[in-house]
Amino acid sequence: MKDLDRILLAHGGGGKLTAQLVRDAFLPALGNPALAALSDAAILPELPPGRPALTTDAFVVDPPVFPGGDLGYLSVCGTVNDLAVSGAKPLWLTWALILEEGLEGGMLETFVAGAARAASEAGISIVAGDTKVVPKGKGDKAFAVTAGLGIVPPGSDLGDHRIEEGDVLLVSGPIAEHGATVVACRHGMAGPGLASDCRPLASLASALLECGAEVHAMHDPTRGGVATTCNEVAGRRGLRCVIEESSVPLRREVAAVCELLGLDPLYVACEGRLLAWVAARDAQRALHALKSHPQGRDAAILGGMEPGREGASAVVLKTRYGSNRPLDYLAGSEVPRIC
Amino acid sequence: MTSPEAPYDRGAFGDPKAVAGLAARIEEAARNLGRPATFMEVCGTHTNAIAAAGLRRLLPRSIRLIAGPGCPVCVTPVGYVDRAEALARRSGTIVCTFGDMLRVPSSTGSLERVRAEGGDVRVVYSPRDAVDMARRNPSHRVVFLGVGFETTAPTVAAALDEAEATAVSNFLVLSGHKVMPPPLRALASDPEVAVDGLLCPGHVSVITGWRAFAFLSEEYGLAAVVVGFTPTDVMRGVLDLVRQMAEGRPEVVNLYSRVVTADGNTRAKALVERYFTPEDQIWRGFGAIPASGLGLRPEFAHRDASLIEVDVCDPVEPEGCRCGEVLKGSINPPECPLFGRECTHESPVGACMVSSEGTCAAWYRHERFSQGGAP
Repeated sequence: MKDLDRILLAHGGGGKLTAQLVRDAFLPALGNPALAALSDAAILPELPPGRPALTTDAFVVDPPVFPGGDLGYLSVCGTVNDLAVSGAKPLWLTWALILEEGLEGGMLETFVAGAARAASEAGISIVAGDTKVVPKGKGDKAFAVTAGLGIVPPGSDLGDHRIEEGDVLLVSGPIAEHGATVVACRHGMAGPGLASDCRPLASLASALLECGAEVHAMHDPTRGGVATTCNEVAGRRGLRCVIEESSVPLRREVAAVCELLGLDPLYVACEGRLLAWVAARDAQRALHALKSHPQGRDAAILGGMEPGREGASAVVLKTRYGSNRPLDYLAGSEVPRIC
Repeated sequence: MTSPEAPYDRGAFGDPKAVAGLAARIEEAARNLGRPATFMEVCGTHTNAIAAAGLRRLLPRSIRLIAGPGCPVCVTPVGYVDRAEALARRSGTIVCTFGDMLRVPSSTGSLERVRAEGGDVRVVYSPRDAVDMARRNPSHRVVFLGVGFETTAPTVAAALDEAEATAVSNFLVLSGHKVMPPPLRALASDPEVAVDGLLCPGHVSVITGWRAFAFLSEEYGLAAVVVGFTPTDVMRGVLDLVRQMAEGRPEVVNLYSRVVTADGNTRAKALVERYFTPEDQIWRGFGAIPASGLGLRPEFAHRDASLIEVDVCDPVEPEGCRCGEVLKGSINPPECPLFGRECTHESPVGACMVSSEGTCAAWYRHERFSQGGAP
């Protein structure tokens, strides 16, 4: 990118500098025929057979660059993952940035490179984009907004409505790594062994769906972590989700950061893990499929679904000491701006 | 929880087998004791640790664990928050606070609301971050909300020391610091409180030394143990309290000798003494307790944010709230008419629900379902 030292208001003004930014910063990294047309809307090929899945997301992570990712990489991963855990094959994304005047050009390059890397890993194209610049002090460095379109193959029907009593709950790897890393960065506590788990889940999700196991639903436990996602699912289904504390995969470094900052890892965000609800008889097959994939080596069976109980917590942790501990919804936002 | 590389646990201190073994020994000791016993813990971290591991459910029915005034946020009176809000509303003032204080109800709202309305309130993890803030904002007055017990006061004293040494003149402290022995003395002599023994605060004891709690057994005949925060620590403590009762020989036993000594951290105590002096303080639920707080010494008046004149009305305590009795241990949270109804973790009325270490918050999150049966 030539001479892009700082982002100026004019970079978002639609004039010469905007055109230069698109030509020099975005197209070389993200280039694909639909984007290169630079028209008002991306005209896409006909959709493959199946039902379209559409999602949108906004990203305000602070700091915008962290071990294991950056705003660009995170925003593409996050969008891809919402499609992937819905059982859709992600196809196309739109990507808009809101930049604060004065942002270092190098940081924008990092975001664009991150988005390009995530797109390539996930096998999708970024087909439309936009850039706006707000005056210094009116934003915080950079925000990203995306939309993602994917296709649910014919015959596939994944969702909470299929979750049943007796289903087994699996997690694809150690939890809380993204949230713990970002918060640790904010407090100058980042260090070796601590990195975001941020990754596109498209390939892992399809490996699971194609292994022959009866998968009922998948979710990516982002904001609010595993406990919050399980509360949403259990609440919707009127079932009770039981998690074995001794089975929860958690790295030492992440456990240490959480303990220092008073966070419960079960409520801390993942950005590259999926939770899967699978028919009990297929649990081992599903676990094997996850473990056979490079992103799922540390997958584990977390617990399962039991009949709901009136007036009782929808999610329960069986502690290592044999007692039960309710895992409620988080009140308020314990860790703001982690995605 | 497990680590993919190696099992993650808290070493021997979190060993489930050890906990089960201790539970069995407590069961037997409690049976031999032949009468019910009530033990109070006076540290928010104990409250949370007990709830998080579900330890109450591993104890026999005859052993009751209750939470005393161990959460610094919970015992901070409304008037203090009102003053902090008034300071945050002043232009040219930045109020720095630990995150827990944000949602504490004041007479009219909370610091969180003041911030949304444009007041300058920043969350820090260390008082020294507030000194940095002062350095970076020389045209502002930076007020740190000093809330906490003997454990927090030395860090605030260290921040004051740094500000003095490096001439950061715009760093001030609104001291709401409290010390633990006076309220425990008040509790021990209060006829309303029926407590047989105390789990003394582990972190506080690191600073004060265990001898600071010797009066509990010597003057009031209460069993007492200083314990750490892992499940085995707490269970060992309970077992020892039962033993002391059975033997009829109450004493302060230090079961946290890996970090607690008889006289504590003398350097930290000296630092606190340099900047602070004992003063009467209001404890939410207890009222004023003589010499239970730490005010800034007169020679550091230029650092004392309580001397800044602000308009504050008489503090309004929330109606129907029984935080006071919860803090005394004379009722359990569910006995308060507001608990779980008007007062929830999502919209707290009393301060015991606000802090994650508050008795009501811990109960609401971890224990409430056990009231009507198993969770």
